[in-house]
Amino acid sequence: MKRNTLLGLAGLALAALLLIGCRGGEQTGTVISDDPMEIARARGLSPADVVAAVKTYQPTGKYDEYIMFASGGHSGQVLVIGIPSMRLLKVIGVFTPEPWQGWGFSKETQEVLAQGNYDGKELTWGDVHHPALSETNGDYDGQFLFVNEKANARVAVIDLRDFETKQIVKNPLSLSDHGGAFVTPNTEWVIEGGQYAAPFEGYAPLDQYKERYRGLITFWKFDRERGRILPEQSFALELPPYWQDVCDAGKQVSEGWVFCNSFNTEMATGGVEKGNPPFEAGASQRDMDYLHVINLRKAVELVEAGRTRTIKGFKVLPLDVAAAEGVLYFVPEPKSPHGVDVSPDGNYLVIAGKLDPHATIYNFQKIQEAIANERFSGRDDYGVPILDFDAVIETQIELGLGPLHTQFDPNGYAYTSLFLESAVVRWTLGGPWAEKHGRNPWTVVDKVSVHYNIGHLAVAEGDVVNPDGRYLVAMNKWSVDRFANVGPLLPQNFQLIDIGNPNGPMQLLYDMPIALGEPHYAQIIKADKLQPWEVYPEVGWDPSTQSRHPAATRPGEERIERRGNTVEIWMTATRSHFTPEHVEVRKGDRVIWHITNIERARDATHGFSLPGYNFNLSIEPGETATIEFVADRDGVFAFYCTEFCSALHLEMAGYFLVRP
Amino acid sequence: MTWLDKIIGPRIPDSVLHHERRRFRRPTLLLGTAALLLLISIFFPYWRIRLYAPQYPGGLVAKVYVNRVEGDVREIDALNHYIGMRPLEEAAQLERSLSIILIAAMALLVAGAIYVHSPWAAVLSLPALLYPLIFLADLYYWLWNFGTNLDPRAPLSSSVKPFVPPLLGEGKVGQFRVVAIWDIGLWLAILASILILVGLYYHRKAYKPFYEAYVRGEMA
Repeated sequence: MKRNTLLGLAGLALAALLLIGCRGGEQTGTVISDDPMEIARARGLSPADVVAAVKTYQPTGKYDEYIMFASGGHSGQVLVIGIPSMRLLKVIGVFTPEPWQGWGFSKETQEVLAQGNYDGKELTWGDVHHPALSETNGDYDGQFLFVNEKANARVAVIDLRDFETKQIVKNPLSLSDHGGAFVTPNTEWVIEGGQYAAPFEGYAPLDQYKERYRGLITFWKFDRERGRILPEQSFALELPPYWQDVCDAGKQVSEGWVFCNSFNTEMATGGVEKGNPPFEAGASQRDMDYLHVINLRKAVELVEAGRTRTIKGFKVLPLDVAAAEGVLYFVPEPKSPHGVDVSPDGNYLVIAGKLDPHATIYNFQKIQEAIANERFSGRDDYGVPILDFDAVIETQIELGLGPLHTQFDPNGYAYTSLFLESAVVRWTLGGPWAEKHGRNPWTVVDKVSVHYNIGHLAVAEGDVVNPDGRYLVAMNKWSVDRFANVGPLLPQNFQLIDIGNPNGPMQLLYDMPIALGEPHYAQIIKADKLQPWEVYPEVGWDPSTQSRHPAATRPGEERIERRGNTVEIWMTATRSHFTPEHVEVRKGDRVIWHITNIERARDATHGFSLPGYNFNLSIEPGETATIEFVADRDGVFAFYCTEFCSALHLEMAGYFLVRP
Repeated sequence: MTWLDKIIGPRIPDSVLHHERRRFRRPTLLLGTAALLLLISIFFPYWRIRLYAPQYPGGLVAKVYVNRVEGDVREIDALNHYIGMRPLEEAAQLERSLSIILIAAMALLVAGAIYVHSPWAAVLSLPALLYPLIFLADLYYWLWNFGTNLDPRAPLSSSVKPFVPPLLGEGKVGQFRVVAIWDIGLWLAILASILILVGLYYHRKAYKPFYEAYVRGEMA
């Protein structure tokens, strides 16, 4: 009924606007009318604009049907966005301190952040790239989110019961990664492919590049019960010093296999200032680079059989073992490709050309046959067998300029981002998929312009066994003229595209500026697969362990205890007071301060700030948080609640008195 | 004839029982059902109050059972502290601690009345008959007690005057609209009272002639 009314209104507006046929770029003045047609006319909206508005508008209290987890780029965080409204729902603190959530201020969260330190050095930013939702049988299950950080080769685990980061692992062997995070169909392994080759340990000059520099792909073992990556059960696969790029895990027929692209198989070492070709040229000399085809099951067997070396306390499956034992094969791929994306049935690998307008489609069955029949065209310098290109490709298809990444819908269509062309192209899969769409296989059927320089795209559940395919979000690197000028640094542009009707054109619906970093990739999940908590399960909860906090404090148990020079405080917070309200210490005392929010009401979060000592906490209903510091300056410090919790919020304060 | 015989009343001869089964079964069934309903009522809330305010889209609810309060008690207590109302846990502690035993006893007495074939059956049933009224009176006392004994040092003590929440129907406290309803448990108890009344009527009809003959010494 409601939908019909809306459609009716949209239809009326459409008809009126078609008659007028106006299309204004500029927004006009105030509109005082209740007539949708008049408003649309006055605002200069086209019929398509009105349809887009009606398709995306969410009235108050109505929830989005899909949730997108997007990388927060340089911010080091993860963005949670509702679709189709494109409303920002949350910024999850991951690799970077985030004051609103108290992320990196409480002892508990500082410990998680410190897991990501590089050789003891605290890192205060992250280059967040690829979020990966946990999967069960190849479909998103809504339990966990993994995300990698390219600048320092780190992977984080986010628990989707409370949308908080639980773990950060720093890759001990690599300083950069790109091909992560990706998960195997049942999330046994989180894949992190490296990027810029370097020695695993210490220093080596560039003239020893071939001998001493190495690439790698790391397989992090995930324990779903504990919600943690287990570094001691994880391992890295040693690779030649090609620059590994994006990866994807096999599924269905290709489950147990992993695929990664590479570039710079030239092993160029740059040095433009020394008269060498710059990397951009040196790494683009050969016509072909290598698709890495990895037999993960076999690799795990070898690791379990103890065929690893241990470097920096981390298991490494050596390159010669991998090459000799059938773990690693190379397949030539047109040079400098970008995305490698596995079709929902697991049989086709789509390698986007980046510098070449074609996508190359490989057939996994043919790869298996070529391996079985040893159809090698040779071996690389490191002894890795190279499969014969013609024996394993299914086809090549011209998609447009600068194809990068591909995802899928349930009807046998694939969608590829075209960076140079600033477009998204829809094309048909072949083989068994031809029945689904009933069109010519391997053919481009539609294209829509995006604004501008698209990198990744995300189709709703578009990289799983059972794709959803309702919406597509184009993640554009440049916005140029799309938004009001805010100075020389421009936001990026997420564009929502309706791909729900495979027989009709794709329709651009909405532009969402992203103004805190370059978000590389995102995944979109049906909202009903997420079942987060409304409040923590019990009072005195430690989100960092998802269990009862040892310092959980119930009403009546509040106290301050001194042991030598250490003062420990067990405090509670509720509307609208902290208990106790006076905390008195001596200068130089070590202060351990636990605060439990004893509220059970949804949204009754209390903040806790201790100005002068640079603390701000977010203590959500039920949560216990701790700060620990040395009271190294004397004086009087008023602490207060930093979440407007109640009518007497300003009164929710106390004094921290440090005697000289 | 001892006083106990007088209380217990006559036993009905088998021949009469056999011929007029319905006459004697009726009070037995009614009183038995009443006793059962009373016992069942323990498992249901008796009274329920809902509080509505904009920031609580689903409202807040307190469900009063004979021995406990359930629902959003913690949140209601948190709000009540602003006006200086004591925590709900402190209300009717004695009543709540004894309620199960007392209700079981009342039900037992009603069941006992089935076997007492004298006017004493009415005396035994009296507590259960009056029980809903007693419950409501006690509830009202506590509503009054809590609503009129507000802590004068509470943050909002000056802006909320003492009040008595409604026993049934709508009221207003601060920004909250409150709606009180009588819940299943209480309705079961009321139904039990009605059944007792009807049961006693048939009890009297069934046993009165025998009882009179009995006290005249015409029956063994």
